[in-house]
Amino acid sequence: MLSIKNLHASIDGKEILKGINLEIKAGEVHAIMGPNGSGKSTLAAVLAGRSEYEVTEGEIIYNGKNLLDLEAEDRAREGVFLAFQYPIEIPGVSNINFLKTAIGEIRAYKGLDPMSAKDFLMMMKEKQKLVEIDRTLINRSINEGFSGGEKKRNEIFQMAMLEPKLSILDETDSGLDIDALRIVANGVNKLKSEENATIIITHYQRLLDYIIPDFVHILHNGKIVKSGLKELALELEEKGYDFIKEEVEA
Amino acid sequence: METVIKTRTIKDKLNFEFEKSKLFLFGSTQLRDKAMESYYKQGIPTRKHEEYKYTRVDLMLKGEFDFSANKNCSDAQIEPLKFIKDAYVAVIENGIFVEGSSNLQNLPEGLTICSLVDAEKSNSPVFEKHYAQYADVKADPFIALNTAMTKDGVFIHVAKNAIIEKPIHIIHISTTSEDTIIHPRNLIVVDENSQAKIIESFETVDATAKTVSNALTEIVVDKHAIVDHYKIQDEKELGYLVNTTQVIQQKQSVFSTHTFTLSGSFVRNNLTLVLDDEHIESHLNGLYLTAGNQVVDNHTVVDHRKPNCNSNELYKGIIDGKSAATFNGKIFVRKDAQKTNAFQSNKNILLSEDGTINTKPQLEIYADDVKCSHGSTTGKLDEAKIFYLRARGIGIINAKKLLMHAFASEVVNTIKIEALREYIEENISKTFQ
Repeated sequence: MLSIKNLHASIDGKEILKGINLEIKAGEVHAIMGPNGSGKSTLAAVLAGRSEYEVTEGEIIYNGKNLLDLEAEDRAREGVFLAFQYPIEIPGVSNINFLKTAIGEIRAYKGLDPMSAKDFLMMMKEKQKLVEIDRTLINRSINEGFSGGEKKRNEIFQMAMLEPKLSILDETDSGLDIDALRIVANGVNKLKSEENATIIITHYQRLLDYIIPDFVHILHNGKIVKSGLKELALELEEKGYDFIKEEVEA
Repeated sequence: METVIKTRTIKDKLNFEFEKSKLFLFGSTQLRDKAMESYYKQGIPTRKHEEYKYTRVDLMLKGEFDFSANKNCSDAQIEPLKFIKDAYVAVIENGIFVEGSSNLQNLPEGLTICSLVDAEKSNSPVFEKHYAQYADVKADPFIALNTAMTKDGVFIHVAKNAIIEKPIHIIHISTTSEDTIIHPRNLIVVDENSQAKIIESFETVDATAKTVSNALTEIVVDKHAIVDHYKIQDEKELGYLVNTTQVIQQKQSVFSTHTFTLSGSFVRNNLTLVLDDEHIESHLNGLYLTAGNQVVDNHTVVDHRKPNCNSNELYKGIIDGKSAATFNGKIFVRKDAQKTNAFQSNKNILLSEDGTINTKPQLEIYADDVKCSHGSTTGKLDEAKIFYLRARGIGIINAKKLLMHAFASEVVNTIKIEALREYIEENISKTFQ
């Protein structure tokens, strides 16, 4: 589904990603862990199509398409979804109008007929239940006045509505108390299928107790320095990131 | 002879027109003479005039002018302008009230709507008491000119304790094939404990020449009255509008005014609210969408004269192309006006490199126990918000449109007449095409 080869990316002339290689197949869950400043969020931003980041080398092939050739909106229409680390508040645009517009454009891109108002509402209801998000939140403007946990839950709700093929969760666990973390993880697990893949970017291992990854990668200084199975996350938690630094620098 | 006329200054032309027509105009000759004299003293403001330094009204008045606007529009042309279906409609064409095009059948008890000429003819005591009592001819040359030269307009009276459920819609239409200056004038008196919703719209129909409209409305909001007032300015490329709104509010009254500037080459709004007693509430909302070479200038004054009043002002603008917008908001809190709450906010989005926004809050506070604040911001559309929407599959054009709607919605949502809110929303969508 996704093949990243020798990806280099920089912002304001400063190189952040220094040769990432990663293969992800449908049905897999990959965790990317790493200390602050290792390039985790940059990787997410480059995948989603943030224009501030310049890709200087390498390629990303997504379902046979060159992802880097696509605008951010076309990536989303092709099924790439980024759950933002810091979801933006947009006063004056209701969640409902936002999702209606998004789904309308995605369907038009795929050459599908517009969704009927009735089907849309039914889908909203169903997905709302799935991710346990309060209806009153959905009726409000996008993230306006939402708590940190509510914002993260809204990201997962949007993910449920847009039914992406590749979801990238950028530090979705940060700032969540354990109850909210369980709800979010539960939502993600329910949305998992054989056809879609998930990348979980996180600093801590805790989220991985609830969303079990198939593979764990450790990012350090713009490169994946170690990959392994889910046990790697536990090792990392136990020994701390310093052990990676020492290992790499040794 | 022809060439001599063409080189006359605007002052000469106005004087000639004034002398020629004043005997035929309604109202007191004395009032008109005094107003004209005041106009001569002030002259057409230039850039040196503090209140007009950002907007060149003198340029608007260059060229030859016809003072007897020479066209009439058909009912078929007027019909689409009646965008509030269930309303009492008064049509003013080139500054003259046209009863035949208006919809004033079955007015409810307590509501009077007629031409200014008829109000004067019928010796209405309400008209006599209030006409030309509030907009001060010495304060502004356009007030002086309007007072001297107006030919007609609408008189609306809502009697004590009357609640007028349907909106009252005054449609100002300019239609001309010669450069024209007109001076429509309205007087609206809402008596004690009564309520009304009033919409004034400004439109051009089939205009093939410049139409300068120097329109003035005086509004009296008596004790405990509640008035909701809307101005929809949509005069297209040939429209030049100076729109003065002078409001006097009495004890415990509530007045809300909303100014929507959708189009027009030049729009200058002079909006003044005088809060002349205690426990008054005032809301001033404005939205201007400018593009091309448009000039839109909002000057507002909120004059707190007595204690315990609240005023709240919110103006927002989206500026594109080479257009220029000005917001100048004055708040006076007089010595007696203790416990005043006065808030003002002006927010702008600049879409282009060549657009201009001048924003100038002016607070003059002479009381010591008050809460006043003002703020103004000018920025671009937020890139982070655009990206968030795009990351969900929304194309860049629709993303920007959504954000502009969102920005405008804070003002649009203050509209209490649903049909009007829908009309404005539709027009905003068209503007953003």
